[in-house]
Amino acid sequence: MDFLTVLQILDSTIRLATPLLFACLAGLFSERAGIFDIGLEGKMLAAAFFAGAIAYTSGSVWLGMLAAIAASVILSLIHGLASITFRGNQLISGVAINFLAAGLTVLIAQDWFRQGGRTPSLSGDARFNNIQLPFAETLEPVPVIGPIYAELISGHSFLVYVGLLSVPFTWWLLFRTRFGLRLRAVGENPAAVDTAGISVIRLRYIAVLICGILCGLAGAYLSTGLQAGFVKDMSAGRGFIALAALIFAKWRPWYALYATLLFGLLQAIAIRFQNVDIGTFTVPVQFMEALPYILTVVILAGFVGKAIPPRAGGEPYVKER
Amino acid sequence: MNFFTKALGTVAGVALSATMALAEPALIYDLGGKFDKSFNEAAFNGAERWAKETGGSYRDIEIQSEAQREQALRRLAEAGFNPVITTGFAIADIMGTVAKDFPDTKFVNVDGWLPEVPANVLLINFTENQGSYLVGMMAAMASESNTVGFIGGMDIPLIRRFACGYSEGVKAVNPDATVISNMTGTTPAAWNDPVKGSELARAQIADGADVIYAAAGGTGVGVLQTAADEGILSIGVDSNQNYLHPGKVLTSMLKRVDVAVFDSMSAGENLETGGFLTLDLEAEGVGYALDEYNADLVSAEMKAAVDAAAAKIISGELVVHDYFASDDCPSLDF
Repeated sequence: MDFLTVLQILDSTIRLATPLLFACLAGLFSERAGIFDIGLEGKMLAAAFFAGAIAYTSGSVWLGMLAAIAASVILSLIHGLASITFRGNQLISGVAINFLAAGLTVLIAQDWFRQGGRTPSLSGDARFNNIQLPFAETLEPVPVIGPIYAELISGHSFLVYVGLLSVPFTWWLLFRTRFGLRLRAVGENPAAVDTAGISVIRLRYIAVLICGILCGLAGAYLSTGLQAGFVKDMSAGRGFIALAALIFAKWRPWYALYATLLFGLLQAIAIRFQNVDIGTFTVPVQFMEALPYILTVVILAGFVGKAIPPRAGGEPYVKER
Repeated sequence: MNFFTKALGTVAGVALSATMALAEPALIYDLGGKFDKSFNEAAFNGAERWAKETGGSYRDIEIQSEAQREQALRRLAEAGFNPVITTGFAIADIMGTVAKDFPDTKFVNVDGWLPEVPANVLLINFTENQGSYLVGMMAAMASESNTVGFIGGMDIPLIRRFACGYSEGVKAVNPDATVISNMTGTTPAAWNDPVKGSELARAQIADGADVIYAAAGGTGVGVLQTAADEGILSIGVDSNQNYLHPGKVLTSMLKRVDVAVFDSMSAGENLETGGFLTLDLEAEGVGYALDEYNADLVSAEMKAAVDAAAAKIISGELVVHDYFASDDCPSLDF
């Protein structure tokens, strides 16, 4: 395995990890505030559709991205309404959102484009094109550093960089601001937050809203960054992998980055090396593809310490009278 | 009460005779969905052509999950649709069981296989190995790097049959050429994961492939897109996919599912059942697509070579290895 192959695998890792990262951070905000969200998948799917559809009709990928965020935020607010205001079961609401998105996207797509639940292929400004960072061309001949910069760091779409930057931002917001402290407190002990005179309901709605925005970006990346158009069920379970990554990351932003990169790497390796030869023994591709899930089970079994979810997670807050 | 039951009986009788008189055909698509631009869409096009030419109408259903297969079959048979046509190998098993309960209804399946075929079931198969052989020859002739790729959908014998025929064709033109073969997955989700299709295509391009043949349903859309983005050629499958990226798709391996559906619907209740029907190159069940979108890509020399090979296959002079026959492929490792 030469250096270039390694770079290509890492390149592929970044592409595959980005939608997971957005969804994972989205789940992080929501769950830290005490709202379990298994509707990440559905929101991502709805966002992917609206990004593709609006980018196609308007010809602008930016309008597509805004539409994706709007669609995802609306679904988030439905989840918020059900689980915060009406104190419903958060898991059931999340499942409902997944089903709603899976059916609705195909239905609307069929009505608008008559192409059987897909959007037409996007081209030109209707897609996120890859950004060449400055000096990528000039630095390329430099050994080792040159190719790393030109191949790996430069040449991704805009949303990849947004995703990577949102990790330190999330860390700063959650652990270095007053808002972050309150948000975390609301997921641990909402009664205490309420006693301090801060609205639990409002904080939780804000968390759910941020979750919607991030899921919107994840979806927009799928249909307008990675692919050129929406295809039915294109999220293909990535929302659930993101949830697993979130548990793996123990609800921490930097760990979320590492976890999603690891999952991305495993997928990239499985794609690049369909069968891995280790001496006389061949590891079949099925095992490689199952590896992220096996890993999750191993981790959940407590292999890497205890993953403790926010204490008030999943419980609607009822004010005492 | 007496009147009510009588009225109900009359209504039911009228409804029954109405459906019996009509005996419209019905079509059940496989999980890839009606508009997959490929396999199922070909079935839909055949049905539409039938409806247009005969003025008849038909019922079609897109199933959403594995569990709906039996339900859909039974419901359509109970409602008096005849024949009931299904696409995809996965439904054949349960169709064999259901068919025994409805001896007066004819059932048709495209791609399926059953050890024992009930008297009212027709299984239509295509010689994908022959069609793939032809596009494999074209891929080898169009390739400059002497490396070509194959991306399959779900890893099933049928798709291996595509891959094997393709690599036979490539090796026939250039024995030193390398064929890289990948499957998208092992579950039905592999038919609808364009993101993974894209990544597989990128990996093959990185390994030197400059023509990639996608036999992967909706996943193929991602493969063709990436191939067009990266400036290499691709080969579509089942339906004619040349128009998706004009000038970037070398050709498409045609599998005339539309003809199979059209013929079955035309025969209606008089359809001959109780066995297999194989649509091969001679019956024009398979072939390659040539139209205005790929006219510049296919040279006269290429066309002559492929047509010559096609003639040899039809005459029996050339036998393309069939994965089904031996469950292995001499020219390709999986």
